[in-house]
Amino acid sequence: MNAQGKVHKYGDHIDTDVIIPARHLATQDPKELAAHCMEDIDKDFIKNVHEGDIMVAGVNFGCGSSREHAPIAIKAAGISCVIAANFARIFYRNAINIGLAILECPEASAGISAGDEVKVDFDTGVITDLTSGKTWQAEPFPPFIKDMITKGGLMASLRAKEA
Amino acid sequence: MGMTMTQKILAQHAGLESVRAGQLIEAKLDLCLGNDITTPVAINEFEKAGFTDVFDKHRIAIVLDHFTPNKDIKSATQCKQCRTFARRFDIDRFFDTGTVGVEHALLPEQGIVAPGEAIIGADSHTCTYGALGAFSTGVGSTDLGAAMAVGKTWFKVPAAIKVVLKGKKKPYVSGKDVILTLIGMIGVDGARYESLEFTGPGVAEMTIYDRLTICNMAIEAGAKNGIFPVDDITRAYVSGRVDRPWTAFEADPDAEYERTVEIDLDQVDCTVAYPHLPENTHPAREGKDIAIDQIVIGSCTNGQLPDMAAAAAVLKGRHLAPGVRGIVIPATMQVYRACMREGYTDIFLDAGCIVSPPTCGPCLGGHMGCMAAGERCVSTTNRNFVGRMGHTESEVYLASPAVAAASGIAGHIAHPEEV
Repeated sequence: MNAQGKVHKYGDHIDTDVIIPARHLATQDPKELAAHCMEDIDKDFIKNVHEGDIMVAGVNFGCGSSREHAPIAIKAAGISCVIAANFARIFYRNAINIGLAILECPEASAGISAGDEVKVDFDTGVITDLTSGKTWQAEPFPPFIKDMITKGGLMASLRAKEA
Repeated sequence: MGMTMTQKILAQHAGLESVRAGQLIEAKLDLCLGNDITTPVAINEFEKAGFTDVFDKHRIAIVLDHFTPNKDIKSATQCKQCRTFARRFDIDRFFDTGTVGVEHALLPEQGIVAPGEAIIGADSHTCTYGALGAFSTGVGSTDLGAAMAVGKTWFKVPAAIKVVLKGKKKPYVSGKDVILTLIGMIGVDGARYESLEFTGPGVAEMTIYDRLTICNMAIEAGAKNGIFPVDDITRAYVSGRVDRPWTAFEADPDAEYERTVEIDLDQVDCTVAYPHLPENTHPAREGKDIAIDQIVIGSCTNGQLPDMAAAAAVLKGRHLAPGVRGIVIPATMQVYRACMREGYTDIFLDAGCIVSPPTCGPCLGGHMGCMAAGERCVSTTNRNFVGRMGHTESEVYLASPAVAAASGIAGHIAHPEEV
């Protein structure tokens, strides 16, 4: 499984309030949430993003509120993968649970520039910056998490266990 | 090797003799919690997965506190969905307008959380209950949906930072100043994925409400949970509230900690976190140049009766500075009623404040006090991110109730001793 797309790059401590402001949380509709994704720090994000694009950020991505609306909004905006130096823990769980691909890689987070074309190989964890030609190796998921992702997320893996 | 307090609670709930940091476990839950923003998404996931019953109707709490009293048709629709679900499964810990309070003030008050329990909530400030010696942490809606169905969830066992409190609190210093000071020291990701375990002689200086405030904001340092030891202060609080057996866990003497951070309470003064991160802390005494438009006193962080008392003590016989709006939000109906009984409500009204029914409202820019571009608020809430309380060009300064009240009187950030 691969992802490839243009990079939208952000800094450290991107919190869930900027990913999807609380004023838009009276809905659960992914498309409606996506329409406001990142608007408080990058009002053009939703205009510029294309299906399959990749988001790259610094440390503690997704800190703050537990709102699952945050990874839902990013996914519905068309982002195929978020690469960050590291993630806040609730966002990490939520992304896995809803099937938004995420990778931790401090070196790639630092080395990739906005607008670069980046390719991610999820099986090997290799991140390739096609613009600069550089490659990095991301942290692999623990087997438990990988198993959950393979089964289609938390709910699907629970149902599989119950059956 | 010994275990931390958090690790002991997790081991017990996983049915294991011992656990170690980094281990993935499946733990039974004593309670799972959702609010009017996160529960609808959890219900959708619960139903989509085809579950037809909840694991235990007494161990689910649904608290409609965020966009209530409903701010618009969409939020009313979300609450209706929660209400229908609660009726369908006869959820008895369902709180709606009239009984509702801000969730993390309400649950301890009502004895719904107890020492030694393992609790998840689809709200990041679920970590509050560590104040009572429970393990509690925030999760997302899908985790809540799964927990409502099966009564358990997976955890990575956290490593811990030991926070040693020593010394004595100065006048006007509260749990809010202690936790802001700690976040200022270690940063908003200083405890990422870890427990913050509070210990030391200074623990006895912390009231249960100080502890609730401190654990509430553990998440603002990135922590999975914050936790206090169970002592006489804890026992006095839960007595008469919790009517079921509970367990006091203690960290082993040889428990391993990633690191130790010491806080000398004698050195802690009233502290304010400036925009746009809770780690951006400054002494309240140095805020004279920052003129403000609004104060908010309330929230799951500082909406308890002693918070109201602290604000009332500063505001008594005084009035807000011209042009400052004051919004006071007692966190629960009990606190609301007690404010009337104690005369705090009159003090707030005489000072020019409004007193709102319990709601999370302004804390997350929902309603009841959103700000326009260029406006500034000193708020007793927990986050000061970009756009948190309204316009992206508005600013939130986090502080204690006493500092918020003093700032409201002064018209700029002020230490209570300055007004």
